[in-house]
Amino acid sequence: MDFGRISRRHLLQGGAALTLGTALGGRSAFAADTTIGFIYVGSRDDYGYNQAHAAGAAVLKKMPGLKVVEEEKVPETDAVEKTMESMINLDGASLLFPTSFGYYNPHMIKMANKFPKLRFEHCGGLWTDKDPKNAGSYFGYIDEAQFISGIVAGHTSKTSKLGFVAAKPIPQVLRNINAFTLGAKLANPKATTQVIFTGDWSMPVKEAEATNSLIDQGVDVLTCHVDGPKTMVENAARRGAMVCGYHVNQSALAPKAYLTGAEWNWEALYPKFIKMIAAGEAIPNFYRGGFKEEIVKQSPYGEAVSAEARKHADEMKAKLIAGTYTIFKGPIMDNKGKTVITAGTDRGQKDPELEKMDYLVEGVIGATS
Amino acid sequence: MADGTIGLWTVPLAVLGGAIRVSTPFLFVSLGECITERSGRINLGLEGTLVMGAMSAYGISYLTGSPWLGVLAAGVTGALLGALHAGICSLPRVNDIAVGIALMLFGTGLAFYLGKPLIEPTAARLPAIDFGWWSDIAQVRAALRINVLFLIGIALAPILYWAFKTTRWGLLIRTAGESADAARAMGYSVLSIRLRATMVGGFLAGIGGSFLSLFYPGSWNEGLSSGQGITAVALVIFARWDPLLCMWASLAFGGAAALGPALQSVGVTSGYHLFNAAPYILTLAIMIITCSPKRTLTGAPAELSITK
Repeated sequence: MDFGRISRRHLLQGGAALTLGTALGGRSAFAADTTIGFIYVGSRDDYGYNQAHAAGAAVLKKMPGLKVVEEEKVPETDAVEKTMESMINLDGASLLFPTSFGYYNPHMIKMANKFPKLRFEHCGGLWTDKDPKNAGSYFGYIDEAQFISGIVAGHTSKTSKLGFVAAKPIPQVLRNINAFTLGAKLANPKATTQVIFTGDWSMPVKEAEATNSLIDQGVDVLTCHVDGPKTMVENAARRGAMVCGYHVNQSALAPKAYLTGAEWNWEALYPKFIKMIAAGEAIPNFYRGGFKEEIVKQSPYGEAVSAEARKHADEMKAKLIAGTYTIFKGPIMDNKGKTVITAGTDRGQKDPELEKMDYLVEGVIGATS
Repeated sequence: MADGTIGLWTVPLAVLGGAIRVSTPFLFVSLGECITERSGRINLGLEGTLVMGAMSAYGISYLTGSPWLGVLAAGVTGALLGALHAGICSLPRVNDIAVGIALMLFGTGLAFYLGKPLIEPTAARLPAIDFGWWSDIAQVRAALRINVLFLIGIALAPILYWAFKTTRWGLLIRTAGESADAARAMGYSVLSIRLRATMVGGFLAGIGGSFLSLFYPGSWNEGLSSGQGITAVALVIFARWDPLLCMWASLAFGGAAALGPALQSVGVTSGYHLFNAAPYILTLAIMIITCSPKRTLTGAPAELSITK
């Protein structure tokens, strides 16, 4: 071995691994006290995406025999590799949750290859057969919840104009906008959704301006897909508009204006993963689901939601859970008049075509570029 | 109009509303920096001051329930950071730009650290004055809900202009900025003048921050400033160190920031990245138009490290 090429990091790693090995005495990877590492791309309490994951981590913290270590604001660069290495070597983490989309390739893959005995779970849903078997990815079909929000919004809007403050036109965001619009049109065929892209995940001043512009256009129910919905929710409520939340329940910010919202349900999913591990089962490398699998949930309806809207939304939610309704069911036209899903084609939630979505459906005012 | 929509009028109205809503932080930071730079020093740390101001205003408003105490706290925090900058810069052979960059990182980092528990709670906000009472169009009324800080900022610009020109302390600041030797010969301490000018600059920048967290967008989070402080510092340069021009430049920046979302809302959806970049394109355009290789920047204080 060429000793000149041993880096300081490898030396530290070796030392730490040795200490760990001695201390744990060759115990199996998932014994009674397991350390779990959570890595967030933004602030843990952003009232949004990262907070939803942190809420899931908080449930694990309360479970006996589990120790949770967390690090926030880790950029999607090799910084995340360093974080993972230090969680593994210094904290002894044996299960890691790098929760941001861009952590997966190449960073988490590299770590999974380097530590084949440890388990890596990535949120975003990108695992393929070529990837290491100790890596996995999970994600939720939150468009189901956006669809239900759309139904509630469609019933509640007086002007039939809905607004959507979005960060970037990537497939996940477009899918949410489209599902929201399809839900709204089910409740009110005249409903339209006006979308404004702010250009990035966290741009509070732009989000506030977008909210005001939409309301100036007569929009009276708004929702969003940005990292922290707080700005949109507060500013819309101040102008007297209604809102549907995203990521987590924001009803505390605007109790009167909050209709419902699309929420992640990591509090339910993460304990399931732990139980699978404890029972000796393997977590499926590709794990996804919606309402039925309890990966997403709907915020409780606000007081402004009518009985009719509640009934319609509950009915459709039951159908989604039972698997008897498809949101993206042909014929569907995009907003330029092109047929994107032909009549007779059902694109079920697991259809990979939906992951490539690059269009806005009829009823959405806005463009992807 | 019957359905409450105003069609394409949204765009000019949003630009006007944006000029009023978005410009205030630019206004305070650029006026503050104007005072500091006129005294012969550049404080690039105002981005950090702005973020610290926003955080401390939100925290104090949340704890005491009084947003005005929050504004005061933001100003005091800003003045302290200004004193720190001036204090370090008074040491021999210290570069004010390098110190500014360090303080920018220090201010934002400290604000993020101390501000962690403040992201979730909702603090009391500053009130707005309804100047749109004469209109029965909801959009106009919304655009004209003006915060008193904006009015103070607008009033401050001509006051500063007048003060630089005619008052004794205005002259002293300018002397320190144009020729430190002259100020010394008159028996004044240049360092003490600059210390005060930097503290006042920091005070104003802190208040600009309190507007961000207590009025618009109106809550504390870590992406709140997204570079507005540093933009405002650049704004001083193309406003030629003139408080009145600072005011117009701030208003133009606020309006430009509203342009992107407003155009998308009326259906002009192509090239929204370009419109979102409007404030920065505006900066570049003004810089290109006003620069000339044949002469130095007019109005630049002679003692500034960038012009020396």
